[in-house]
Amino acid sequence: MAAITDAAGAAGVGARFRTCPVTGLKVERQAELLIRANAVAAVVFLLVGGLFGLLVALTRWPAVHLLPAEWFYIVLTGHGTNVLLFWIIFFEIAVLYFASAILLNCRLATPRLAWLAFALMVIGGMMVDVAVLQGDSTVMFTSYPPMQAMPHFYLGLILFAVGALVGCFIFFGTLVIAREEGTYEGSIPLVTFGALTAAIIAVFTIVSGAIILIPTFLWSLGIISYIDPLMYKLVWWGLGHSSQQVNVSAHVSMWYLIAAIVLGAKPLSEKVSRTAFFLYILFLQLASAHHLLVEPGISSEWKIFNTSYAMYLAVLGSLIHGMTVPGAIEAAQRKRGFTKGAFEWLRKAPWGNPAFAGMFLSLVMFGFLGGITGVVVGTEQLNLIMHNTLYVPGHFHGTVVAGTTLAFMAGTYLLVPLMFRREIMFKRLAQWQPYLFGLGVAGISLFMMGAGTLGVPRRHWDITFSDAVIPYEFSPAAILMMTLNGLSAIMAAIGGFAFILIVVCSILFGKRVDGAEMRKRLDVSPLAGAVGQYGSAGTIKLPGTIILVAVFFVAFVLYYYVNWKYLAQLWPLR
Amino acid sequence: MAIHPPEQRLWWKEHVERTEIIWIAVAFVWGLIMFSTMIAWHVYGRQNLANEAYRVRPEAYVAKVETLAATYKVGEDGASGVPIVRPPPGGDAYLLARIWQWWPILELEKGQSYRLHLSSADWQHGFSLQPVNINIQVHPGYEMILTMTPSEAGEFGIVCNEFCGIGHHTMTGRIRVVEKGEK
Repeated sequence: MAAITDAAGAAGVGARFRTCPVTGLKVERQAELLIRANAVAAVVFLLVGGLFGLLVALTRWPAVHLLPAEWFYIVLTGHGTNVLLFWIIFFEIAVLYFASAILLNCRLATPRLAWLAFALMVIGGMMVDVAVLQGDSTVMFTSYPPMQAMPHFYLGLILFAVGALVGCFIFFGTLVIAREEGTYEGSIPLVTFGALTAAIIAVFTIVSGAIILIPTFLWSLGIISYIDPLMYKLVWWGLGHSSQQVNVSAHVSMWYLIAAIVLGAKPLSEKVSRTAFFLYILFLQLASAHHLLVEPGISSEWKIFNTSYAMYLAVLGSLIHGMTVPGAIEAAQRKRGFTKGAFEWLRKAPWGNPAFAGMFLSLVMFGFLGGITGVVVGTEQLNLIMHNTLYVPGHFHGTVVAGTTLAFMAGTYLLVPLMFRREIMFKRLAQWQPYLFGLGVAGISLFMMGAGTLGVPRRHWDITFSDAVIPYEFSPAAILMMTLNGLSAIMAAIGGFAFILIVVCSILFGKRVDGAEMRKRLDVSPLAGAVGQYGSAGTIKLPGTIILVAVFFVAFVLYYYVNWKYLAQLWPLR
Repeated sequence: MAIHPPEQRLWWKEHVERTEIIWIAVAFVWGLIMFSTMIAWHVYGRQNLANEAYRVRPEAYVAKVETLAATYKVGEDGASGVPIVRPPPGGDAYLLARIWQWWPILELEKGQSYRLHLSSADWQHGFSLQPVNINIQVHPGYEMILTMTPSEAGEFGIVCNEFCGIGHHTMTGRIRVVEKGEK
């Protein structure tokens, strides 16, 4: 067992610390328990939401067409709320507590309040799920008016958001305490800086949510008579899209975290990586415009400026991370002696370690599947050929599932030994899990985008229109895409359930691990853990990363203009 | 490492390697190019949305569409009984979205421009013209107007791609494009 010592001094009243044998960091008991609680809640909601997602995909598969229409729309509403909000935000609260209390050797601010926040989020989440399953709140994740849900649907969302907001302020409070008590020297670590970015955007996001959801809640009670649908969309997407930027900040932090713990990777340049995070804070909030590109009554000037995050300055942030993260990994690997050719560092990376494999797959797929397509679908005129088609869910399964969810799953493989102090069970299955899930999600993303390019609508129970008075038939290629989407979803679901099985069994029945044994089990680099070895990587040449980035850039440019070519064939509009 | 404080206390003054600077410059310029592409398309491209829209009461819009449909009606669709309406070329074509149909069926001439009016009588709907693949959001209370020039003849489907309740998947409509002067 690791030594658990009572902290001296009045500052950490009642705070009990142990020293982590892997990272050498001091871990406070309450912070550890709260991280565990939030992570467990996250996984439970992932299970619920993931199951809903599988049912959605099996219904969209024309040959299977599993659920009746009413249940399809219920389950689709539940899928969005459970995975996009509850799974991800619970996990993010765990990340915030980890990046503050644990990485800064500090106690967590106001743990009692943190438990209250946790309770609010659990109650809110359950309230929404009850409302959705009762069947009178089938309004989709976006709940656009004039369509109305039951009051407790909105109230549940509000309670959940308040809990998350309290969590953000506990994170800020912990940063203040760490500075006051001098638990670290100089500036906060890069991962904490990224988490700070996420928390700042989260505050903006949740405030937008409050501004629109509170009046909508009152409207559902009959106190307010009218909610303007366009105004609702503008403000709601201040919540809906900005929260995706919270996810981006959080999962990019997770990439840096995993690269640091597993490979001992250092940021190439602290200055560049931090500036990239800072760009997120400045510009990501404009993204509400992505959802308003084909709406009435909004000027093109407004659309162009906002949809491009003021000339793509937030995209610039992601493009920078897209180079500095693999660059940091290459530099670390080259330092360990993998210097042959351009790619020995990549070939000999720990592909059998699910934390690393998940992280790297997340990085690649977020860039190619989520990132490029996000810019394309968010281009003012190109949105015309994609708006509300399956292209949109195809894009965001590339960002939020292949990117965020896979990164968080990868992080969990470190979290279980570090925070739960249990060994990961089913090692073989765990090795395969990121590939199974990753490949499945890549399929979901690609085939939905393919179907969307052929015009298939999103949120639609029957694309064969068998009950429609005026028939329409999509091309056989579209039906094929939906079939492949269903098959991919089965694969992703197997990967997802494998993840939950591994995590739950490891937490409950895994062998307790400590000390040197844990370092060995984690398969972490000897560089890692030695507090004090930090700083910029210096002048190591990175030919592999340069090639990877060049390939990515060429793919980006080509795909971007292919879509303009497609647009040019449309009926003229003005 | 990324989980420890930066080695150089004044990290914002540290030297940045050339590789990173080049990539940042390339990415920044690419951003400017993409930004300019959108603007350039407004000048040189032929597929842009007009920003013309008016607030309208849903009942008033429904009444207007019904009046014009009665004026320009040229027939009825056999199976559905939905009127087929042929607005004057170069004139205004009105389309109504309501649960769960696109009403009426419009008959347009190829190569002619029409001011297409779009609005909803009830909930939000998604105008999705297939297989052309033009997708536009339709709101109740807002009348959006765009000038559309069909460039191919044939039967085109309109499906709804904004969720609008339990009958959403049955919400379809049609635009028929005929050669100039063809009956």
